[in-house]
Amino acid sequence: MMSTQGAYYIPHKATWPIAATIGLMTLLAGFANYLNGNAAGSTFMLIGLSIFIIMIGGWFTLQATESETGMYNKGVGISYRMAMMWFIFSEIMFFAVFFGTLWYTRNLSVDWLASVGDGPGRSSGMLWPSFESVWPTNGPGNVGGEYEPMGAFGLPLLNTLILLTSGVTCTWAHHGLIEKNRSQLIKGLAATVILGFIFVAFQAIEYQEAYHEMGLTLGSGIYGSTFFMLTGFHGFHVCVGAIILTVVLFRSSKGHFTPENHFAFEAAAWYWHFVDVVWLGLFIFVYMM
Amino acid sequence: MSAVTAEHEHDEHHDHGPEKGLLRWIITTNHKDIGTLYLLFALAMFFVGGAMALVIRAELFEPGMQFVSPQFFNSMTTMHALVMVFGAVMPAFVGFANWQIPLMIGAPDMALPRMNNMSFWMLVGGILLLASTLFMEGGAPASGWTLYPPLVLQTGAALPFAIFAVHMLGISSIMGAINIIATIFNMRAPKMTLMKMPLFVWTWLITAFLLIAIMPVFAGAVTMLLTDRFFDTSFFNAAGGGDPVLYQHIFWFFGHPEVYVMILPTFGVASTIIPVFARKPLFGYSSMVYATAAIAFLSFIVWAHHMFTVGMPIAGELYFMYATMLIAIPTGVKIFNWTATMWQGSMTFETPMLFSIAFVVLFTLGGFTGLMMALAPVDFQYHDTYFIVAHFHYTLVPASIFILMAGGYFWLPKWTGNMYDEKLAKFHFWLSAISVNILFFPQHFLGLAGMPRRIPDYAVQFADWNMVSSIGAFIFGFSQLLFLYIVIKTIKGGTGEKVSDEVWEDAHKHGLEWTLPSPVPYHTFATPPEKIPTEHF
Repeated sequence: MMSTQGAYYIPHKATWPIAATIGLMTLLAGFANYLNGNAAGSTFMLIGLSIFIIMIGGWFTLQATESETGMYNKGVGISYRMAMMWFIFSEIMFFAVFFGTLWYTRNLSVDWLASVGDGPGRSSGMLWPSFESVWPTNGPGNVGGEYEPMGAFGLPLLNTLILLTSGVTCTWAHHGLIEKNRSQLIKGLAATVILGFIFVAFQAIEYQEAYHEMGLTLGSGIYGSTFFMLTGFHGFHVCVGAIILTVVLFRSSKGHFTPENHFAFEAAAWYWHFVDVVWLGLFIFVYMM
Repeated sequence: MSAVTAEHEHDEHHDHGPEKGLLRWIITTNHKDIGTLYLLFALAMFFVGGAMALVIRAELFEPGMQFVSPQFFNSMTTMHALVMVFGAVMPAFVGFANWQIPLMIGAPDMALPRMNNMSFWMLVGGILLLASTLFMEGGAPASGWTLYPPLVLQTGAALPFAIFAVHMLGISSIMGAINIIATIFNMRAPKMTLMKMPLFVWTWLITAFLLIAIMPVFAGAVTMLLTDRFFDTSFFNAAGGGDPVLYQHIFWFFGHPEVYVMILPTFGVASTIIPVFARKPLFGYSSMVYATAAIAFLSFIVWAHHMFTVGMPIAGELYFMYATMLIAIPTGVKIFNWTATMWQGSMTFETPMLFSIAFVVLFTLGGFTGLMMALAPVDFQYHDTYFIVAHFHYTLVPASIFILMAGGYFWLPKWTGNMYDEKLAKFHFWLSAISVNILFFPQHFLGLAGMPRRIPDYAVQFADWNMVSSIGAFIFGFSQLLFLYIVIKTIKGGTGEKVSDEVWEDAHKHGLEWTLPSPVPYHTFATPPEKIPTEHF
């Protein structure tokens, strides 16, 4: 099966991209309306999200079908792999912003607020004479009221072990795929997906505790902001990764993928390891230090 | 599955051309169609952004309040910048990339054609969201394109729309950049090694890397604005332990590479055009590549020179001052190489060359004022005055915009098979080149004398030069209608003279695209070319 453009498969007539755009735009415009207190906003969000989900389903089905009917040669596979790697790089930069924010506030701006050192904040002691530079903090204004910081050695440690194990099971599944051991592939993937969702569930329990027992919320000053923003975006990425892996699991059970042709599996695995590494960063810099 | 197979078998029977009707443009995956879409969209946005600039210059024609409210004036400065950066200059260069990169490297299309289509439509979606803010309660964002908190948090209903617009534009740029990288690394003709790629391809490769690195950073920054406003976070709120200056750091970590996203492809097009009309190979090809990479690297470590007056530790001021001045070295290498390419060449002065020479001269001027402002102590005088406005407009208008015009005149005959009207085009050039200096040169004087930017009124001592500048602005703005006319006329048949395959004398020695028929067929390089031009190397 070769396209008219020779060896490299060039698809024609793409209908999903415009659906993606309309879906995303409706979702975002709806969300913006919702934030502005407009009642119709949430309806538009739902419509946009539905279009977007249908688009993802349709587009991925198309790609899977094309892949299984042998339309992608090695060159196409290389393009997909490059695209995935650079996409993950862009995600790393996105997380870098929030890690950078944590670093900047902890090491620079909180000190300046408390007039530590002779930096730019040496005069702010006159504004907030009783404020001391400590971490965690919710700032000189005690924004969000009293709270208890999140410890590292309960659920977070357990979650670290869960994610690390899921990385191992994912690699084990990959070995199964390469050695044509289908049941190892499916078992490994199933274990990874289950561990992923357990992680998300534990995270939900942790948030529950933070909000209802510890007084720690997104509004708890800079500590609450960085804590929930970092762990929240990470949790969202775990969900996305687990959904991708579920799709890969479903495809594996239908007999898709060969040792030579399994880009979707590789992409999902890379993404999963990326999410894993981000968590290690979170565990060290958000929970432990 | 059967539908896909059937469609595919159908494809094999006859080499199909474009879809009929409007649907062609919505579902196309062809790099030439998508390039055309990008370029036409950019041209439209150029006039939208230009109209906003004319509102600004009309208001500043005389001291006192003339036409618009201060709030709307500031909305105009903000929207003019956002529309020009994200709607005009960037998409125009992506349009060039779409058209030219596959032709220049001998590829059948971009590496990921479906995603290419999505990049374009996400751009349209983002700009629509942005434009919708103009009609909202409280008006469009009026904080300047930098969207600094806490000021930007006072925006009315427009704020979340503007933020989500940035998200969509970011998605569009990242996908476009990924596509360009995959195309360049994976789709080159066998003999086209990296160091034999045309410089335009090199500059886009490096630009794409910048885009992937910075767009997520901007997305993160505006996401924090969103949560600060709607979800009680304290990222930029000192009372909660945050810091508004943090936003400035993050923004400019994005913002400085971002301005190089607009200038590096400019360098690439100039390096493509100048050798053709000097009838010489590009001087110092490899040094051009290394200089581009060096500029890109430096762009990541100089961001705080936009914030010298914000209150940084003295060590920070010194570091960012020296690092910034380093950029003059690779940029100087480039200016030197373009000059050396022209040196003793048998030059002719067709319109693309005229615009390119004007670019070399006027960009150098913009570069020198940049060097002046890199000096932290003197920047305290220039900061947020019209001097900075003059500086970055010199690096964007007679540089990026001029080179976009040059590229348009240079490649349009190849794409359409029709020649543009050289006489009219030269008239367009001289009108633009003279008026752009009437427009921006006096702004240096205004800035040095202390006129602040983003203020709708000013002291009477600034009246004369503001009037001169506004007159220049209107001449420049309306001369661009001439460009629109020439482009439309060329697409519709031009002078009637059919151009040869190489269009410009001996152009086939400079690039693969000139070995193809004119107009370029809908599908090209189904099989990669055996030979590649070698004159450069």
